[in-house]
Amino acid sequence: MTDTVFCETEKRLRALAAARILVLDGAMGTMIQRLKLDEAGYRGARFADWKQDVRGNNDLLNLTIPAAVRDIHVEYLEAGADIVETNTFSSTTIAQADYGMEDLVYELNYEGARLAAEACRTVEARDPSRPRFVAGAIGPTNRTASISPDVNNPGFRAITFDELRIAYAEAARGLIDGGADIILIETVFDTLNAKAAIFGVEEIFVEKGRRLPLMISGTITDLSGRTLSGQTPEAFWYSLAHARPFSIGLNCALGAKEMRAHIAELSRVADTLVCAYPNAGLPNEFGEYDESPEAMAALVGEFARSGLVNIVGGCCGTTPDHIRAIAGAVAGVAPRVVPVIEPKLRLSGLESFVTV
Amino acid sequence: MTTETANFTMIGERTNVTGSARFRKLIANDDYEAALDVARAQVENGAQIIDVNMDEGLLDSEAAMVRFLNLVAAEPDIARVPVMIDSSKWSVIEAGLKCIQGKGIVNSISLKEGEESFVDQAEKVRRYGAAVVVMAFDEKGQADTYERKTEIARRSYDILVEKVGIAPQDIIIDPNVFAVATGIEEHNNYGVDFIEATRWIRQNLPHAHVSGGISNLSFSFRGNETVREAMHAVFLYHAIRAGMDMGIVNAGQLAIYEEIEPELRERVEDVVLNRRADATDRLLEIAGRYRGEGGKKREADLSWREMPVEKRLEHALVAGITEFIEGDTEEARATLGRPLDVIEGPLMAGMNVVGDLFGAGKMFLPQVVKSARVMKQAVAYLMPYLEAEQREAGIEGSSSAGTVLLATVKGDVHDIGKNIVGVVLQCNNFNVIDLGVMVPADKILAAAKAEKADIIGLSGLITPSLDEMCHVASEMERQGFEVPLMIGGATTSKVHTAVKIHPNYGRGQAVYVTDASRAVGVASRLLGSEKGSFVTDLRDEYARIAEGHARGRGGRDRMALATARGNGFKTDWSGYQPPRPRFHGTLIFPDYDLAELVRYIDWTPFFQTWEMTGRYPRLLEDAKVGPAARALFNDAQAMLQRMIGEGWLKANAVIGFWPANAVGDDIMVYEDEDRASPRAVLHTLRQQMARQSGRPNFALADFVAPKETGLADYVGAFAVTAGIGEEELVARFVKEHDDYGKILAQALADRLAEALAERMHERVRREFWAYAGDEALSNEELIAEQYRGIRPAPGYPAQPDHTEKGTLFDLLEAEEAAGMRLTESYAMQPAASVCGVYFSHPDAAYFGLGKIERDQVADYAERKGWTIDEAERWLAPNLAYDPKVLDAAE
Repeated sequence: MTDTVFCETEKRLRALAAARILVLDGAMGTMIQRLKLDEAGYRGARFADWKQDVRGNNDLLNLTIPAAVRDIHVEYLEAGADIVETNTFSSTTIAQADYGMEDLVYELNYEGARLAAEACRTVEARDPSRPRFVAGAIGPTNRTASISPDVNNPGFRAITFDELRIAYAEAARGLIDGGADIILIETVFDTLNAKAAIFGVEEIFVEKGRRLPLMISGTITDLSGRTLSGQTPEAFWYSLAHARPFSIGLNCALGAKEMRAHIAELSRVADTLVCAYPNAGLPNEFGEYDESPEAMAALVGEFARSGLVNIVGGCCGTTPDHIRAIAGAVAGVAPRVVPVIEPKLRLSGLESFVTV
Repeated sequence: MTTETANFTMIGERTNVTGSARFRKLIANDDYEAALDVARAQVENGAQIIDVNMDEGLLDSEAAMVRFLNLVAAEPDIARVPVMIDSSKWSVIEAGLKCIQGKGIVNSISLKEGEESFVDQAEKVRRYGAAVVVMAFDEKGQADTYERKTEIARRSYDILVEKVGIAPQDIIIDPNVFAVATGIEEHNNYGVDFIEATRWIRQNLPHAHVSGGISNLSFSFRGNETVREAMHAVFLYHAIRAGMDMGIVNAGQLAIYEEIEPELRERVEDVVLNRRADATDRLLEIAGRYRGEGGKKREADLSWREMPVEKRLEHALVAGITEFIEGDTEEARATLGRPLDVIEGPLMAGMNVVGDLFGAGKMFLPQVVKSARVMKQAVAYLMPYLEAEQREAGIEGSSSAGTVLLATVKGDVHDIGKNIVGVVLQCNNFNVIDLGVMVPADKILAAAKAEKADIIGLSGLITPSLDEMCHVASEMERQGFEVPLMIGGATTSKVHTAVKIHPNYGRGQAVYVTDASRAVGVASRLLGSEKGSFVTDLRDEYARIAEGHARGRGGRDRMALATARGNGFKTDWSGYQPPRPRFHGTLIFPDYDLAELVRYIDWTPFFQTWEMTGRYPRLLEDAKVGPAARALFNDAQAMLQRMIGEGWLKANAVIGFWPANAVGDDIMVYEDEDRASPRAVLHTLRQQMARQSGRPNFALADFVAPKETGLADYVGAFAVTAGIGEEELVARFVKEHDDYGKILAQALADRLAEALAERMHERVRREFWAYAGDEALSNEELIAEQYRGIRPAPGYPAQPDHTEKGTLFDLLEAEEAAGMRLTESYAMQPAASVCGVYFSHPDAAYFGLGKIERDQVADYAERKGWTIDEAERWLAPNLAYDPKVLDAAE
C-alpha cells in the first residue's frame, strides 16, 4: 500500500473538499436536552424494567425513540450539514458500563449509523444536488490510558491499551455494519486512547475487507493549549499521523475564539484536511453555552477566510441555527490548501521533535 | 559541539540496563524514583530522545518497561521528549508501544529471523504509529562489510516502504558499529565500512536515517577513556559528514574533534579510516600516555596570593586550600581586631559563596567538604582568641543558624552519609553535634535536652534501624519533645517516614531528607519563618502518601506461598553434577594484601557516596562534574597509596564450604559427607509476586540440590572486612578538623571491603570451589557480574533478613577468625565489612524478594523458631500487608 490510494468514499469526499469547505453538524446533546425527557422517556417500553437509571444515556435513544434522533439529523442536514455524526458518543462497552448496558453496544452503534443514514437518504431525495455522509462517532470513553487516576500512584492505569482497542473495535463494527461512511474518533483528550482506537478500527477494516475514511478530532482542554494528557497540537498530530486520516482537527472544550491558535498550529503542520467544530463559546455562569449563531459564524467564517480549515461544524451548545449560520459564513470561501510537508522524521513526546 | 553535529540527533543512552550498571541496579532494586532521575538528567543534558532498554535476564523486562514508561508519562519534564523503545525481544517492544501516547522509535527490528516475522513486526510498528530502527542483520547474520551492510539496508528499506507502507523518513538504518584496532586484520576496515555504508544509504535510500551505538568501536581500548573518547569523536566527525544523523550517546559527554590533541587525533584517524597498515601499532605506542590524567601536569597557580586577605580567604574556602589558612586567618584577625569579626565577616562571606555555588550545582559535594575543612581549621585557629575574648566580656558569642544533633541509631554502625550531612549543615552555619554511631534513644534525647538541640537528625543503613527510628520518635512524643526530627540513610524513605515514623510523633514533625544536598534547605525551613506552612504542606503530603500506601497494599497481585513454591525455579537435577569444593570447613586469610585489591575496586559507588552520579570512568570526563570528580579521584588514589603503604587499615577474610542440600525453602548445612544431622540451617525466602511471564518465583534454596535428589551439593560462606583500624583512623582525622579526610577514608574502607569480597569470590570460583578454573574476566566484567555463581548477602534484596548473618558468623566463627562482630541489630563491625553465601549452580542469579504475604511470614517464623511478631519485625520492609490492620481485622 502507499499513501495515495484512498477508498472510494474518501476519493469522493476529497473531491468535494477540494472544491469547497465541508460542513459538519452541531451538537446532538443540546438538541436532546430540548426534548426534556424524564427517566421513563429514556427507557421507552423496551427498557421499562431496566435494573438501573438510564436518564442521561443519550445514545440509548437510538433504540427507544429512534424517530426523534433521526429528526435531529434531518434538521442539521437541512440546515446545511454535509456530514452528520451518529448519536453514539458513549456507545463503547467502557462508557456504557455506567448504565449496565455493555451488551447493547453493537446495537447502539448499528442503529445510530442506520438512523443517520436514513436521514441522509431522506434529505438527498428532497435535494439531490449534493451527497450527504454519515460519520460514525466514537467518543473517548471515561478512562485514560496514559494518565493515572490516582495522584499518589502515577504509574497506575485504570485501563489498558488492549482493553480500549477491543472496546473501540466493537463500536466500529456496529457503525460500519449500520452504514457509516466515515469513522470519526472525536474529543480525544488522551492521545494514547486515540492510538488504541485507530488500532482497533484498523482491525475491523481488515475484518470487513474495506476501509473507511478516518476523521480524528482532539480536544485542547483549557487555555494551556495542551490536551488533557499534556500534548501540544503539533505533538498530537505527529502521534496520530500514521493513521493517514481524512481529517485532523479539534472540537469541544473551547469556543471558536479560544480554539483559533491551536487550529492554526494544526493547519500549519498537518498534510491532511483540517476540521474544527468548537463549542458555542465558553460556558457562562450557569454552565450554558450562549454564543449566538451569528457571533459564532463570524468567528468560524474568519477561520475559513484565513485558510485554516477544510471542514467546520459545532460542538456543545450549537444548534441547527448555528450550523445554518456557519454554512452561510463559509459558503463560497476557498478551502484551506493542504500543504506539502517536507518528509522528515517527526516524533513526539508531550512536545514535537523534528529532525533537521 | 562542532557545527557538523548541529544536524545530529542525540539519543540518551543512560536509561538502558545493558549499558548502565547504575540504571540496571536501580531497576533491579525497584528504585524507580532514582531511575526517573536518570532519565531527567539526560533530558536536561540535551538528549533529544531517550532510549529505554530493560533487557536483562533477571528482570521481567516487559513489566519493567511498562512500569517505567508509565511513570515517565507522569513526569512532564521527561515525557516532553520522544521515547526510543529498545529491546531485542518483540514482546517487550510491543508492551512499550502500548504505553506511549507520543510517536516514538522502535529499536530494533531486522531480517534476522527472515522476511515473514520482519514484515509482521513492521506492520505492527506502523499500526502503533512509531518510527523504526532496522539493524543490518539478515538470515545469514550481522553485516560486517560494506557490501553486506548496503545490501541488507536496501532490502529492508524496500520491504518497509513498498510492502508494509512505512514512510521512508520513519526508517532509521543501523549499519552496525564494530570494534577496530583489535589486532585482527579483518577488523581494520570496520570503521570505513560503516562510514561508506552510511554515505551509500543516504544517497540511495531517500529520506532514510542512519544511526548507531558508537561505543563498540573503541572496545579494545577499554580503560583508556581519553583514547576512547578521541576515537568516538573522530569516528562521529567522519560518520556525520557521511550522513549519519542520529546516535545513541551519553548526552553532554561527546568530545570535540577540534580539541583532540593533534598527534592523538592523527593516529586515531589513521585507525578509524584505516589509512595505514601500522595504524593500530602506532596508536598503541602513544595510548599509554593518555591513561588517567593524560600526563598533564598542572602548575599550581599562586596569583591569588596577590589579592587582599578577604579575597584570599574566600578563594581558599571555594578552592578548598588549607595551605595558607592559618596565616591568612591571623592576618584578618590582626586587621579586623576581633576574632568574631573574622568568622562573621570574610569567613562566612566565603562560605556563603560556597553555599551559593553548591546550591546552583556549580560545586559538588567533595569540594564542599573540602571547603568545610578549610573553615574548620580557620575557626580552630581563632578558638583560643574567641574564648579569651568571651571570658573577658562574659558573653556567649553564638550566631549559629541553629543546633542540629545527629546520630546513627542503636544497632547500626554506618555513618558516612550522616557525616556528610553534618559537614554540609556546618558549612551553612548550623551548629552540629554528632553523637556518632550505635546511639541508644535515651542518650540521643538526653543530649538533645542538654544541648538545647533545635533539630534531631537520625541516620541508619540497615533495615532494623527503621524500627529503632520509630522507637526514638515515640520516645520524643512521650518525653514531650517538640523539635523537628530529620530522617535519612539508605534504607529510609519518604513512605516509611510518612507511614511509620510520622504517626509516632504528633507533637513535633518527622521529615524525610533524601540526601545531604537537601538537608540544608529542610533544616532552614524547619527553623525559619515559613515553618508553619512547610509543616502543613508536609503533613498533607504524608497523609496523602499514607493513604496511597494503604490503598496500594494488596494492589499488586501475589500468590499463595504453596503456589509460589509450585512455581519455584526448576532445573533438571538428574543431569547435574554439583562441583565439589577443594576443602570442607573454613579457611582464614588474616591481614589480606590490600595492594592486591586495588584493581577489584568498583569506583562507581564511591562517587555515589559523594552524591556524584554517573558511571566510572566516564564520570571523570563528564563536562559538568568531571573536574570535581577527577580531583576527588586523585585524592582517593593518593590516600589509597598511603593506606596501603603505611598500613592504615588491615583486612581479614574467612571463607568456608560445607555439604548442603535444600529442604523446602531451607538449606541444610552438614558437618560432613554423611549428611546426617545439619550443623546449621540457612533460611531463605521466596518471591510471591504473581507471574504472567512464566518466570519462576525464586528462593535462594532453589539453587542447591534438594535432599531428595540424593546429589552431593555444597554451599559456601564468607565474611570479610577491610575496616580493622578504621576507628583510630577516623579519630585521627577528627582531631585534625579534617572531615574530608575522614569521609574519604571511610568511603575507601568500604570500597576495599567490597573489593575483597569480589576478589575472594573470584578465588573461590577459580581455586577453592574451582568450578571456573579458566575464567578470565576484566574488572568491568566482574562488576557486571558476568560469571557463574552468586554471593548474596543477608540484608540485601535476595534475602532481606539480617539475622541470617548470625548463622553465617557462627558457621565461619567470624569473630575469632576475622575480628568481626554483629550488633544487636545485626550490623557488622567494623562497618567496612561484607558477608554472604556462595552458590555455584550455573543458573544461580540475583533477584529481589519483593513483598511477601502473611502465609510465608508464618511459615518462616515457624522455621526460624520465632513468633509471628518477631518475624514481622525483622521482615517489616518486605511485608505485603500491614500487621496492625490485619490483627484488627481478625
